[in-house]
Amino acid sequence: MPIKVFIPTPLRPFTEKRDTVEAEGATVGEVLQDLLRKHSQLQPHLYSENGAMRSYVNIYVNDEDIRYLSKEKTPVKSSDTVSIIPSIAGGVDVAVETDIQLSKEELLRYSRHLLIPEVGLTGQKKLKAAKVLVIGAGGLGSPVSMYLAAAGVGTIGIVDFDVVDATNLQRQILHSTNDVGRSKLESARETLKGINPNVVIKTHEERLSSENALELFAGYDVIVDGTDNFPTRYLVNDACVLLNKPYVYGSILRFDGQVSVFDARRGPCYRCLYPTPPPPGLVPSCAEGGVLGVLPGIIGTLQALEAIKLILGEGEPLVGKLVLFDALKFSFRELKLRRDPNCPVCGDNPTIHELIDYDQFCGVKPPTVEETIDEETEITVEQLKARLDRGDDLFILDVREPHEYEIANIGAPLIPLGELPKRFREIDSSKEIIIHCKSGRRSALAADFLRKNGFKSVKNLVGGIDAWSERIDPNVPHY
Amino acid sequence: MKIFVKFFASAREAVGSDNVQVAVKEGATANDVLELFGSQFETMNRLRPYVRVAVNQSYVVNDHVLHEGDEVAIIPPVSGG
Ligand SMILES: [Zn+2]
Repeated sequence: MPIKVFIPTPLRPFTEKRDTVEAEGATVGEVLQDLLRKHSQLQPHLYSENGAMRSYVNIYVNDEDIRYLSKEKTPVKSSDTVSIIPSIAGGVDVAVETDIQLSKEELLRYSRHLLIPEVGLTGQKKLKAAKVLVIGAGGLGSPVSMYLAAAGVGTIGIVDFDVVDATNLQRQILHSTNDVGRSKLESARETLKGINPNVVIKTHEERLSSENALELFAGYDVIVDGTDNFPTRYLVNDACVLLNKPYVYGSILRFDGQVSVFDARRGPCYRCLYPTPPPPGLVPSCAEGGVLGVLPGIIGTLQALEAIKLILGEGEPLVGKLVLFDALKFSFRELKLRRDPNCPVCGDNPTIHELIDYDQFCGVKPPTVEETIDEETEITVEQLKARLDRGDDLFILDVREPHEYEIANIGAPLIPLGELPKRFREIDSSKEIIIHCKSGRRSALAADFLRKNGFKSVKNLVGGIDAWSERIDPNVPHY
Repeated sequence: MKIFVKFFASAREAVGSDNVQVAVKEGATANDVLELFGSQFETMNRLRPYVRVAVNQSYVVNDHVLHEGDEVAIIPPVSGG
C-alpha cells in the first residue's frame, strides 16, 4: 500500500521538486527502501556508506520520532505520513572555506585526531573553521574552553565579566593562584593560548543580556553554556532557539550534574524541560550550596565532547536526551525528553518571538542595580551593627546548615531553613527578629515563612554573614 | 501497587533520601507522587511546581498514569556552573 512521504526542502532536488512522494511498505524501513529505489539520489543523504541511517536524519511517523517508536521497524498504515525532517548537514553548518589549511606544526599537534577516521583531515579542518561561544569562564567554562582549545577549535569566544576570586580555584582550572584579583578573561586567554597558540580567543567582557545576546551569538556556530544562574540559562536557550543554534547545556550542584544538547530544529529546548524557573533561593547556586570541585570537570568535558561531535557531524548528539550524573553513586542516567508542542519559544504556536527580561521572569533583582533595601522587611549589616551597639533587644536567627555554622558564625542561635516549619515556635515572637544566612537568599525565604506564620516584625539581613564578614567584622571567616 | 521513587539534587535533600519504595492506589499519576512527598516535606512542597518527573527513563507530563513497578525519578532544575 502506498504511504505518503514528506520530503524536506533541501532534498527536493532529488524528488523532481515534489514535497510529498509515495512509497510502498509495511514498516518505515521498507518504505524508505522503496523510496530509495524510486529516487536513488537520496541514498547518500539518508544513509552513510556502511548502510547506517545518518545521525542527523530524523524520521517521523505522523508526529512521532521513530527513535521513540520501533525505529526502522515501526509499522505504518496507509493513513500515516512518514516525514524526513530537515537534516542539518554535519549537525552545525560550519562553513569550511577551501583556504583552510593545517600547518606542519598543526598536522603534528593534531596527529592523534588525524588518525581517527571520524575526524581525519576533513574533521580537523571543520574544527579549525568552527566558532564556539562559551558562556562563563568558571567551573564548566574552564574544561570546556581548555579541551576545545586543545582540540583545535579555530575560534573560541568567552563571555564573562568577573574577577578571579580565591573561592574559584578549587574547580575553575583556567585560573591559577597568581590570577586572584585578575580579570577572568585575561587569565583565560593566557591559559588557552598556552595550550594552543593557533586558536583565536575572543573575549567578551560584558554581562550577557537581552540587549547583546542575539548579536553576540550570531557570530558563532555552537553555544556552550557554563553559567551559574537561571536567568542566563533561559536567555541562552531563547536566543539559541531564535537563531537556530545548538545549545550545549551543562549544570552542576554539589554531586549532581546534568548535560544535554538543546537544538530546537530537531528536538526539545530548555523550556520544554523546565518551563517555569524556581523562585530565587529555592534551588541553591554553587555559591550557596557548594559543589565538589571535580564535578564541573566531568560535566564540562562532556559538554566539550558534544560540541566537538556537533562540529564534526559524527555520532549521535545528546538531542532529546538529558544525562543525569550522580557522583556519589557513580551513576549516569539517560532520560528521554520530547519537544513540548506548547513550549512558548519552540512549540507549534510560540508566544516568545524576541528576548524578554529574564531577571524579571526568574524573579531576580537585576544584580547591577545598587543595593536598595526595603526598610520594612530588610536590614543592612551596617544598620544591624548600629542597632546592636545601641543595645537594641533583637532576636538574631541563623538559618544556615550546622556544617556552615561550624566554619563561621556570629553567635546567633541556629535553626536550619529546612527545620524551620517544625521548630519556629522556639523563636521569641515578642522580639524583633533578624534572620541571616550566608548571602541573604535562604534567610529571605525564612523571613517570608515566619511572616506567614504570624510573626509581626521580621527582617532579612541583606548580604548575610558574607556581608558581615566583609564590612563589619573581618575576623569572621569568609567561605 | 508498588512504585520506586528516586530523588535527585535538591529534591534528594528535601526528602532526605534518594530512593524510596511507596504503595500508591491503582491509577495514580506522577502528580499524586509529587503531592504525596510534598505533603510530608515542606521544601519538597515548595519545589513541586518546578520539578520534572521521568518514568522509566523518559520525561512525562504530570498527569501521566503510573503502573506497578514503575521507576519514578523526581528531577529539580539545577543552575550551578
Ligand atoms: Zn521548547
